[in-house]
Amino acid sequence: MAQSTVTGEHGHHDHHDQESLKTFGFWIFLITDVILFGTLFATYIVLRNNTSGGPTADELFQLPIIIAETFILLTSSFTSGLAVLAMHKGLKKALIGWLAVTWLLGATFIGMEVYEFAHLVHEGATISTSAFLSSFFTLVGTHGLHVSLGLVWMIALMIQLGQRGITAVTKRKVENLSLYWHFLDVVWIFVFTVVYLMGVM
Amino acid sequence: MNAEHYNQIFTTHGVIMILFMAMPLMFGLFNVVVPLQIGARDVAYPFLNALSFWLFFWGAMLFNVSFVIGGSPDAGWLAYPPLSELSHSPGVGQNFYIWGIQISGIGSLATGINFIVTILKMRAPGMKLMNMPLFTWSVFASCTIIIFAFPILTVTLALLFIDRFAGAHFFTLDAGGNPMMYINLIWMWGHPEVYIVVLPAFGIFSEIVSTFARKKLFGYNSMVFAMMTISLLSFFTWVHHFFTMGSGADVNAFFAVTTMAIAIPTGVKVFNWLFTMYKGRIRFTTPMMWTIAFIPCFVVGGMTGVMLSVAPADFQFHNSYFLIAHFHQVLIGGVVFGFFAGLYYWWPKMFGFTLNERLGKWAFWFWNIGFYVCFMPQYVLGLDGMTRRLYTYDFDMGWGPLNLVSTIGGFLMGIGFIFQVWQIAYSIKHHKRDETGDAWETGRTLEWSIPSPAPMYNFATLPQVIDTDDWWVKKEKMKNGEALPPAPPLEPIHMPKNSAIPFIKSTLWFSPASASYGTGCGWRFLR
Repeated sequence: MAQSTVTGEHGHHDHHDQESLKTFGFWIFLITDVILFGTLFATYIVLRNNTSGGPTADELFQLPIIIAETFILLTSSFTSGLAVLAMHKGLKKALIGWLAVTWLLGATFIGMEVYEFAHLVHEGATISTSAFLSSFFTLVGTHGLHVSLGLVWMIALMIQLGQRGITAVTKRKVENLSLYWHFLDVVWIFVFTVVYLMGVM
Repeated sequence: MNAEHYNQIFTTHGVIMILFMAMPLMFGLFNVVVPLQIGARDVAYPFLNALSFWLFFWGAMLFNVSFVIGGSPDAGWLAYPPLSELSHSPGVGQNFYIWGIQISGIGSLATGINFIVTILKMRAPGMKLMNMPLFTWSVFASCTIIIFAFPILTVTLALLFIDRFAGAHFFTLDAGGNPMMYINLIWMWGHPEVYIVVLPAFGIFSEIVSTFARKKLFGYNSMVFAMMTISLLSFFTWVHHFFTMGSGADVNAFFAVTTMAIAIPTGVKVFNWLFTMYKGRIRFTTPMMWTIAFIPCFVVGGMTGVMLSVAPADFQFHNSYFLIAHFHQVLIGGVVFGFFAGLYYWWPKMFGFTLNERLGKWAFWFWNIGFYVCFMPQYVLGLDGMTRRLYTYDFDMGWGPLNLVSTIGGFLMGIGFIFQVWQIAYSIKHHKRDETGDAWETGRTLEWSIPSPAPMYNFATLPQVIDTDDWWVKKEKMKNGEALPPAPPLEPIHMPKNSAIPFIKSTLWFSPASASYGTGCGWRFLR
């Protein structure tokens, strides 16, 4: 970031250390994100039956759309893995291509989630209807926000890859992005299970 | 002073003292000491470090600006709903509260990540984990708590904000909201938080005891084990802050036992400090005096804590002045004494000159006598039935005389503080340079092996560590004429450039917060 670049054999070694240091820090950041989602899940579980006379999970959720969303996100996790594989083979075009596919899948997921939310609001189920819906919109919305941030990051990274190619720095960034993306996928599995499946059970 | 004004005063007092006094003071020492103790040139992420600082700075400023433009938060330092909800606090105060803490909290989280990576990855060659100085260990324990506790705070404040801003029902009284959940969540952060600030103090005392008793620290392994145990246990005691909520006997019993269990590792540490001093040739310098004063103070504070942890008895103590006296005793006797000890101890390393000891001792006595005069009467007041957060009480309650004594104690501590300011001003004027770099002459760890003030690059060549008390062992070897490991050849060092970007980024965070203030204002006028 704000480091002055160093040239020469030793400098290169230093640089490599810096990159692995950042990846390690990113793992720890992901731990904090796990706690963040954990707290939101706990909140949801405490409040999920407090519908206060408003609509219940059973009445609201349309599983077919959610299942489609789930498959799209899982596939995007797979394609982000393909992007990393392409990077390790040094194939810049394939890397950017797979990132683009991942981006499209992610954007479709977000589009469907926005549609779902709009539909709920249209039906009169808003964030201020009941404690259940407050916690639902916040938990699922926070996941959606994470995915959206990932999409922005991905665009920036694709531009950078186009300009600079595969370097130690961009390599580390792709690896961290892919970590982040898989992490969000895992969180979604929990959302799908705890919120949707248990909601209609 | 009217009731509302009084509510604002005690609310902001609590927030500022914990989040904008204790935390940053300790974080300051992390920054100064940890890289020096582990033989590193900087922290792992210098850029992120600067960003953390500026986030804290703007968070604190946002919080403090509420004094100036009016409408300070007044719902207590943890802002329990429903009092802190829009229905009961329609003003802007709570918005300042939420965003001031949220912004600086993100800075704290980043600091936690930064120092964990620094300690795990940037130690000098030869320094194993069990060779790290105890202050570094305490920072590691503290940062471990930070990364697990602060996300909970982030979420809790965000939920409160969504309630206030978007009309959600997390903690409201209607539509299925549950205010008690907020109290659980905030203490799941809040209890670990007190260990975040007190563990580094334990680390500081460990360094000082060993330096001024001129002995190797007694029970190094058990010290490390005790700190890591405390950092784990700190996550399992939060309910003891509200035994009176009505969680039932089983839940209360569980949390009473976990709370009492914390006394065990803490007791281990106290005995280790005492045994380190035993048969040592103690020098009574100011850092050592604060350390010695800390031990009985913290033991009494800890014992009253164990009294409070007895759930049935707590129904009597709860929210009384007994509690107030307890937590001031552990926070002042632990954290503040610890910070003073650390500041005195490392001052020559930071600034390259020594502080006047005579004035420091005056400050010490005013502070300590003032402390007991101020807080001991509060235990009695609590048992006499005085509850906290009373802005006035009837004369015939009989609390007047002891409260007067307590106030006098407060002023004595204030005089102590003036002595400290005088001490620093005097020492700047009569600049007594620390020429050796080992200002106390009996320094044991790496920071004393380099010149004072520490140069920008800290270490000209990275040290080869051979022992926990590395500098002490090397001094002994030099005295006996034994060979030291050869220093590696000098190499060019690259340092980060100065950058204004962290400042600018943190300011960008400030803007949405200001916008939320605007919205708050809007609401006030629309109503």
